[in-house]
Amino acid sequence: MNAKTRKVAVIGSNRIPFARSNGTYRHASNQDMLTAALDGLIDRFGLEGQRLGEVAGGAVLKHSRDRDLTRESVLGTRLAAETPAYDVQQACGTGLETTILVANKIALGQIDAGIACGADTTSDAPIALNEELRETLLEANRQTTTIGRIKALSSVRPQHLVPAIPRNEEPRTGLSMGDHCAIMATEWNIGRAEQDELTVASHRNLAAAYDRGFFEDLMTPYLGLRQDQNLRPDSSVEKLAGLKPVFGGPDGTMTAANSTPLSDGASAVLLASEEWAKERGLPILAYVTEAQTAAVDHVHKREGLLMAPAYAMSEMLDRAGLELQDFEYYEIHEAFAAQVLATLKAWEDPDFCREKLDRKKPMGAIDRTRLNLNGGSLAAAHPFAATGGRIVGSLAKQLSQDGKGRGVISICAAGGQGVVAILEAPGGKK
Amino acid sequence: MSDTYTQIVNAPLVSSLASSLGLPRPVELDRFSAGEPVVNGPVLTGAAPDGSLRLSISRILDSIAAERAGTEGPVKALVFDATGISDSGQLVELQKFFYPGVSRLGPSGRAIVLGTPPASTGAVRAHTAQRALEGFVRSLGKEIGARGSTTQLVYVEPGAETEIDSTLRFLLSPRSAYVSGQVIRVGKAVTATPELDWDRPLGGLTALVTGASRGIGESIAATLARDGATVVGLDIPAAGSDLDAVTSRLGGRSIALDITAEGAPAAIASQLPEGVDVIVHNAGVTLDRTIAKMPEERWTRLMEINLSSEERINDEILARGLLRPNGRIVCVSSMSGIAGNSGQTNYATSKAGVIGMVEAMAPEMAKRKGTINAVAPGFIETRMTAAMPFGPREVGRRLSSLSQGGKPVDVAEAIAWFASPASTGVNGNTIRVCGQNLLGA
Repeated sequence: MNAKTRKVAVIGSNRIPFARSNGTYRHASNQDMLTAALDGLIDRFGLEGQRLGEVAGGAVLKHSRDRDLTRESVLGTRLAAETPAYDVQQACGTGLETTILVANKIALGQIDAGIACGADTTSDAPIALNEELRETLLEANRQTTTIGRIKALSSVRPQHLVPAIPRNEEPRTGLSMGDHCAIMATEWNIGRAEQDELTVASHRNLAAAYDRGFFEDLMTPYLGLRQDQNLRPDSSVEKLAGLKPVFGGPDGTMTAANSTPLSDGASAVLLASEEWAKERGLPILAYVTEAQTAAVDHVHKREGLLMAPAYAMSEMLDRAGLELQDFEYYEIHEAFAAQVLATLKAWEDPDFCREKLDRKKPMGAIDRTRLNLNGGSLAAAHPFAATGGRIVGSLAKQLSQDGKGRGVISICAAGGQGVVAILEAPGGKK
Repeated sequence: MSDTYTQIVNAPLVSSLASSLGLPRPVELDRFSAGEPVVNGPVLTGAAPDGSLRLSISRILDSIAAERAGTEGPVKALVFDATGISDSGQLVELQKFFYPGVSRLGPSGRAIVLGTPPASTGAVRAHTAQRALEGFVRSLGKEIGARGSTTQLVYVEPGAETEIDSTLRFLLSPRSAYVSGQVIRVGKAVTATPELDWDRPLGGLTALVTGASRGIGESIAATLARDGATVVGLDIPAAGSDLDAVTSRLGGRSIALDITAEGAPAAIASQLPEGVDVIVHNAGVTLDRTIAKMPEERWTRLMEINLSSEERINDEILARGLLRPNGRIVCVSSMSGIAGNSGQTNYATSKAGVIGMVEAMAPEMAKRKGTINAVAPGFIETRMTAAMPFGPREVGRRLSSLSQGGKPVDVAEAIAWFASPASTGVNGNTIRVCGQNLLGA
């Protein structure tokens, strides 16, 4: 095994605009969208016919036929068919986790270039057979005689026609992610107004980024959609104040606006060694310098389901020898405004930092004006596995525009997991 | 200016009969309308190994938010970077890209090949291979024209890779509907390309358009005004009221004078005290007669209007320094000036002279940080062509790869592309707007 590691560059990215569930992409499959995002990336960087080290990708909501979603998508692109690919599934952490996997292989010299990607559709959802019907059919299949089969099938009942629809629910608690986050909002005393303010800032920042052409080389249109469908540039705290809570009961603070909507989309990031980029005359937008994954016990120890990034960040910063304030940009995935605010509060909280993170001093506050500067998931929406690629791509471009500086990414995921990473501009820290 | 033939052969019952008889069935060409994307459909790109334009093309496609095509499905445009081809053996890269690509090209599609000017390759084999691209593009245009699709070859001077934005945008968009089979040269910028609002590239600029009262001239004035220019329309005093109607509608102003009159250049210059950014020499006449029956006066009057007056106006405006930095002179030549036409010795002479003027003035214009180019219209549907007898008119229309006449706006759009402040590398070109007409090609 190679003991030396080398720098990993983000060369560029591409995504298709994110659509609202059952919107423009209602007939597009994960494979269609992932292929479209990859095609745009391949075209932008002239990768047609090239064999890359690997493509790592995934989706959270998958059909059984999408067993090798990423490999099948690659076969549908203009990459050389000899490019290997595999699927990863880590809920909403999928997109960033694929980035880490590809980056690590590049760092170790096992590959020179690869693509990290993800897609998700909530419109073309994998509706499964009713569980009792499925068992009945399997039982019939096991029978060796016709009589046996007929007997087995005779237990089919009309209620078996009700299909099994994928649910946004934690298997071990039975609570939806929103319900979990509502508990966190209560625990951390997160108010309605601050959630709505964060939401409005997300929309405003995303709209401003579109206005200055920021997404020009980060996105290719798909099925006629040219910008994120969920974006409401004229969103305001006054307008949002009128919405009824959707999680946490009648007194809840979480609404349809300060929670991400169901959505469809795909994204892809091109990573490579410096040499590979140089040989092809391709730019280096940023380097992937650190990454960390953490998980919490939300089942028995009752830690907040979406608090894992708080832990992952602490571990990563310790290893990197950095403070939370050493960054020019903070990209915190806005699954829910309350999740972001609870995480920020936890980092500022002396008790949490001491008891949970084993730190003498709290990690402290961040400069809120550096948070999700080009819009977050509340505005862009959140096709689960596509979010990591969106964030890595946007942050890398922002850092390359600045030339110097660091940015940190934090993404919470179902199952009590969190993924964080650091990107650094080509010119190093500021 | 309805094209009755096109309507008839595309009518429900007639269309199958027409197709079984093998009659040409021209399709309605896509044309630009405000608010539409530059290219309305996926673009498939490709490159021969070691091409130098791949990333420039990507950047431009990003800047126009072009959807990218994958391995399947219809495409709106094919863009191939052939600059890497340096030997005849590598020309097969054209086949490799277009063989699967061309059958995916939808109606009013675009096939654009980019190469290096043969003489700039500096090697015999590379020169040969790059020159060969012309034959490919012209033939491809004839194969895909029946569906309203067009082809072009853009030769990009080494070092001018970043100057192709305005040209690629024009060629990809419906603005170039009636331009096909053309060879365009993009050289190094004559001056720094300014920041541009692509929806109003001529914003804040002044354009002088001669012969602006009707027909193609009126369309040029309207198109430049749409692109943001303040239009100064010029025409003979007899057309004064038509001219005023055009310029007042466009928010511009009029100069009513005879460009051949003594002192006309000075009079025009005095009407442009602030200078001018774009001069479009559109005014022109036909005074047809075979040379055996051509009186001297008929010859001279035409030559004065179509060529000599343009030379004098250019001289006057340049001498007075009235053409502003990054200025443009755009001339209107003609297919007749390239192919020749019976009964048009005088006209074709003047229009071939326009091409010569463009060639000769290009280096001088570059020194002045400006450009000069010409369009050469083919069969354009105007009141003039509407008055032609049915037979010649129908033949005129069908003799092109697109099997139809063009519209005045097609000429105007090409002029607007030359006039764009971003076309700083486009100098000394004469581009035909003829649907790849067979005459003179």
